[in-house]
Amino acid sequence: MNVQPGDALPRLDVKVTARMVIMGASSSRDWQPQHHDHDWAVNRAGTRDIFLNTPNQAGWIERYLTDWTGPLGRLGKMRFRMRRSICTGDALAFEGVVRSVSTDAAGCSWADVDVMLMVGEERATECVARVAIPGDDADNPWKRSGASWTPDAMGPLELASQRKD
Amino acid sequence: MARAEMTEADVQAWVGRELEDPPGDIVCERGYILHWLEATENANPLYWDELLAKRTTGGFVAPPSMLSAWMRPLQFVPGRTEKRMPLSLHFALKQALDLPEGIVAYNEMTLGVPVRPGDRIRTTQRIREISEPKTRRLGTGRSWIIDVTYTNQDGDVAGVETYEMFAYKREQSS
Repeated sequence: MNVQPGDALPRLDVKVTARMVIMGASSSRDWQPQHHDHDWAVNRAGTRDIFLNTPNQAGWIERYLTDWTGPLGRLGKMRFRMRRSICTGDALAFEGVVRSVSTDAAGCSWADVDVMLMVGEERATECVARVAIPGDDADNPWKRSGASWTPDAMGPLELASQRKD
Repeated sequence: MARAEMTEADVQAWVGRELEDPPGDIVCERGYILHWLEATENANPLYWDELLAKRTTGGFVAPPSMLSAWMRPLQFVPGRTEKRMPLSLHFALKQALDLPEGIVAYNEMTLGVPVRPGDRIRTTQRIREISEPKTRRLGTGRSWIIDVTYTNQDGDVAGVETYEMFAYKREQSS
């Protein structure tokens, strides 16, 4: 897979509906009421509406990344900060840019990718992910395990807003 | 200890506390994976094409980001009288500090062996740090960091997650 720093991932637009929020909570088995009960979310938790839960955001981010890598892409590491709730009615957009590409000592190729979940002009969630990608036609990251699967080998991931360089 | 009597030292004594939850009630299975794919509109053929999955990963696997789904307890089990909570250490701390509301502000995951149909996942949780009291838009409370290690039935690490929680009380909360 030919990947270069600065490559942009195709933007993904998603209209957030109540069904999407509730299905996300259900599929991650998260029954905290702020993810399915409008009245609780607004009047008890103090949010605008029911909102996407954490595992479901992780799932959407992974899906966004593997739409780009194809099935051989394998998520190794990810961190994200949720700066505002993503609620029913929001127009959500995923945007991504490759930050760096590297190969670890075991020969595994990694792409570190900045992903932003935008609601309008606002960064709702800021993410950086490390995805293993095939280094050549014979490579399959899914076959790696033990010492050949080390998502931490290339050092810690820092969110773009936390980077010093 | 009564909540009103908790000193800052009592609160900070929770740091380093570790708890191992029993294995999840749900065994990894294809139907739940499909529900996850449905919820994220994920068309990755690795999860839909059995031949491709066999060739690529040795058979169907769960999407790695689905990790936490496998540790969440059922809401009803015949004969079970106590209510089980996912991340029970987090909920125990919320209760101890009398902070009824909570949100996740930050999440980090490092992924290990894939989770496959038939796997049963258990977690070990550990509180890494607890902040001073703070006031945010949602209310007044504290944030804390909790590390969660997920292991399968063979003792292989499927992943490690770190959560930063903010637990709070709204003025009108009771």
